[in-house]
Amino acid sequence: MDFLNSLLVQPFADMFAAPDFLMQVLWEGLVSGILYALIALGFVLIFRSSRIFNFAQGIMVVFAALTLVGFHEMGVPAWISVILSLGVMFVLAVSIERVVLRPLVGQPDIILFMATIGITLFLIGFGELIFGGENKIMITEELGIPTGEFIFEPFGGFLLLEQKDVTAVVVAAVLVIALLAFLNKTRMGRAIRALGDDHQAALSVGISLQTIWVLVWFIAGIIALVTGIAWGARAGVSFALEVIAYKALPVLMLGGLESITGAIIGGLMIGLFEKLFEIYWGQPLLGGNTETWFAFVLALFVLLFRPQGLFGERIIERV
Amino acid sequence: MFYRTSGQFKTSYTADMALFPVRQDAILLAIILAFAWVILPLTASEFAFQTLLIPILIYSLAAMGLNILTGYAGQLSLGTAAFMGVGAYACYKLVTIMPWMNPVVAILLSGVFSAGVGVAFGIPSLRIKGFYLAIATLAAQFFLVWLFEKWAWLYNYNASGAIQVPTLQMFGVTVAGPTASSHVQYYVVLGIVSLMTILCINLTRGTLGRTWKATRDMDIAAELIGINLMKSKLTAFAISSYIVGVSGALFVFMWRGAAEPNLFDIPLSFRILFIAIIGGLGSILGNYLGAILIVGLPVILNTLPETFGIPISSATVEHLNIMIVGALIVFFLIIEPHGLARLWALIREKLVIWPFPH
Repeated sequence: MDFLNSLLVQPFADMFAAPDFLMQVLWEGLVSGILYALIALGFVLIFRSSRIFNFAQGIMVVFAALTLVGFHEMGVPAWISVILSLGVMFVLAVSIERVVLRPLVGQPDIILFMATIGITLFLIGFGELIFGGENKIMITEELGIPTGEFIFEPFGGFLLLEQKDVTAVVVAAVLVIALLAFLNKTRMGRAIRALGDDHQAALSVGISLQTIWVLVWFIAGIIALVTGIAWGARAGVSFALEVIAYKALPVLMLGGLESITGAIIGGLMIGLFEKLFEIYWGQPLLGGNTETWFAFVLALFVLLFRPQGLFGERIIERV
Repeated sequence: MFYRTSGQFKTSYTADMALFPVRQDAILLAIILAFAWVILPLTASEFAFQTLLIPILIYSLAAMGLNILTGYAGQLSLGTAAFMGVGAYACYKLVTIMPWMNPVVAILLSGVFSAGVGVAFGIPSLRIKGFYLAIATLAAQFFLVWLFEKWAWLYNYNASGAIQVPTLQMFGVTVAGPTASSHVQYYVVLGIVSLMTILCINLTRGTLGRTWKATRDMDIAAELIGINLMKSKLTAFAISSYIVGVSGALFVFMWRGAAEPNLFDIPLSFRILFIAIIGGLGSILGNYLGAILIVGLPVILNTLPETFGIPISSATVEHLNIMIVGALIVFFLIIEPHGLARLWALIREKLVIWPFPH
């Protein structure tokens, strides 16, 4: 009885007893959810256009952030380092397409997946070799990101929103809208979607596979840089960040591998639920640190009922 | 010239389906076995035992377990390390609860627990496929490692949260623990690995193996010809996890001597997946070739700067190592996506007609 009480009654009682704390928890969940969604977005873009399950997306986030900080440490002004980092991400996209993907066109999915794990290892080694393994501080102020706090007092309580988190949410929203506009309104964007719908048909109307792949990896690189800045402002920049890359995987499972909407909604859901579970159930009942696996288990249960994720394309099997 | 198959006639189906249809294969294997059982133990140094021979055997075994699941039954798994952890922790509990138990029996039994956990996490595979399943197996990976850390009963409530291998004896010889000699440990590992290899070869050639392959190639078609998919997938999960669990027990008891939960973290899973894929999915030989490459390469890379007298700090060497391994994985995938085992098969075909190709 006691156990059931602490499982089913106490958490909700706690929530109502301190609504301001609940709002704080929800806000934290929302912010990390948005960052998960951004990483997942990079995955989805690449998966849609090439059926490559890009494991390296999480490392690209860290690599982009490290490059940015690295340029700034060499004395380059903040905004010019951003442009230089974008250049580096472009070079990365071109060389991945040229060196890794082009020779592997048409291979089974698992081989391409393994190749992206190879890229991941290469980037980890390369990044640590050049920038060192220690934790670095993101150049938040130099980029003009506000670092103050908004303080509200709902229900006579206390709610603290960091301005850099608010900025991250706004920038993420702008990025997603820009991306959707790009995919739906421009010629290149339509080509990407065509390639995602039907490879052969897209090739036959003259869409260049190589150009599109470079473009898609470059966009994924831009997303990675934005995510890297936002996450780096919260937690510093180091390869320990790669754990967040794994968080994007349950987001993909939950939302479906092909869906941009799925990535965003899945990210938000996972961010919110894992924070709630950790604070109200995980810490009192299970000894904490449940965030490492909760998202996966949640996604696993959803998949048992919808094997293609919430928004994924229906899996149609032909024999 | 050395690999001529002419003159070796098969007069019955049994002879044609035999393990070694070509005489030279049997001779080659005999030479390798003689090396493994007699010559290497006589000549190898302590360093070679600890950094090369024992880990290569253990990693091959783990990769063999994964290969049953991924290479033969077609179910991609990213949670191998966690199942190794289950084997290791089960073995630890067995020998601490029942200290009189023969350590080899304990190691072989610990795989049973891992098989049970494997089947439990394999159940979603009946509904989830492909990459979705691969991510689902990550649930096992993260959940089990978390459990190793939080469930204090598993490590007998000791303060460090790690498991320490006790000194274990078998027939009066110390086989595990800090005082065990490398020779004894090597023979125990070699014995178990040889046994498992024979088991795997025969399993994959038999009915069960063919059922797995049919499931891998197209599960709907397999179902139509009367294969019970549930049975096929779950036996693959069970047997694969059993072998992986045994390798996990060997990993801690015969090699590392102690283990913390984060030893079984995701990099180990990937390492084993690399071995299986670079070696060749759907091949038994490939696991050995892959393990030799993945275990041996860092050792060689570590000693290279010293031999050439290039002054590099050890941290730099480690970063270079990661980089080179990553690049090599891509390189091997590009030159031969089907792995080293396929490369060997090609070489063999060439050797049969060498030096007169026409």
